[in-house]
Amino acid sequence: MKLSEIIAENELTVFSPSKQPEVEIAHGYVSDMLSDVIANAGKDCVWMTMQTHSNVIAVAALKDMAGIIIVGGHKPSDETITLAKSKGVCVLGTKHTAFDITGRLFASGLKGETMSP
Amino acid sequence: MDGQLIQMEFPVKGGNFGGAGDAASKIKNILKQLGIRYEIIKRVAIASYEAEMNIVAHAAEGTIVVEINPNAVVVAAKDKGPGIPDIDLAMKEGFSTASQQIREMGFGAGMGLPNIKKATDDMTIKTEVGVGTELTFKIFLTDNREETLK
Ligand SMILES: Nc1ncnc2c1ncn2[C@@H]1O[C@H](COP(=O)(O)OP(=O)(O)O)[C@@H](O)[C@H]1O
Ligand SMILES: [Mg+2]
Repeated sequence: MKLSEIIAENELTVFSPSKQPEVEIAHGYVSDMLSDVIANAGKDCVWMTMQTHSNVIAVAALKDMAGIIIVGGHKPSDETITLAKSKGVCVLGTKHTAFDITGRLFASGLKGETMSP
Repeated sequence: MDGQLIQMEFPVKGGNFGGAGDAASKIKNILKQLGIRYEIIKRVAIASYEAEMNIVAHAAEGTIVVEINPNAVVVAAKDKGPGIPDIDLAMKEGFSTASQQIREMGFGAGMGLPNIKKATDDMTIKTEVGVGTELTFKIFLTDNREETLK
């Protein structure tokens, strides 16, 4: 599934746009622990988290993620949005909980790192 | 890049969560420019980020020195700080002295040092309580795990 389709189908808020909205997304990762994400999330994934501070941007950039989805209606800080835009990191938001947005994405074919899509 | 040696140094400030990850990100970009394989870059990125975060979260100030030689990427993260009183305990998954505030940010899971160990071919910690810590790790460019068994 393309990132642009994920955004449209799930009515995600775009806090910082993607430079590659047509990239194919095969995987997702859910965690609020940055050490866990750094070690275990994969390239070109979408990352569901409640963390809204600016350190999520460095983590997403280091892991070459396709985007961050901030769950539960939480909003990233202005600092986070500014940094995301300057680094070209895509930051999205949803009113859904981590469980619900993950379930929706799983139903559209995305898998975790331990399963092939 | 045969026979060539590249060395670079990045300063890291303790408590500066805003700039945290900058050194790791610069290191990653250099390796990318050198055309190093993604598998290697990934491992260097994980270990460098955790080493940088440990200076930010636990020390006063430090530097990260990266050396890229034809065989390996060698990273030394050296800081002035409290030091580590018990290295075996610090290496345990889940052990952390991070404050509640740091934990709420998603740091302080006590996974940093174990993650560095897992991601690298060699890791050593030299530390003195009240003075500082020097963590060094090495990742072979050949990614030949047998070579790492010595
Ligand atoms: N550079 C350092 N200076 C002082 N203490 C450190 C340093 N690096 C690690 N430590 C100690 O080792 C513990 C475990 O480190 P780590 O596995 O990275 O977990 P975390 O950073 O999440 O606490 C830290 O909580 C801290 O007590
Ligand atoms: Mg740590």
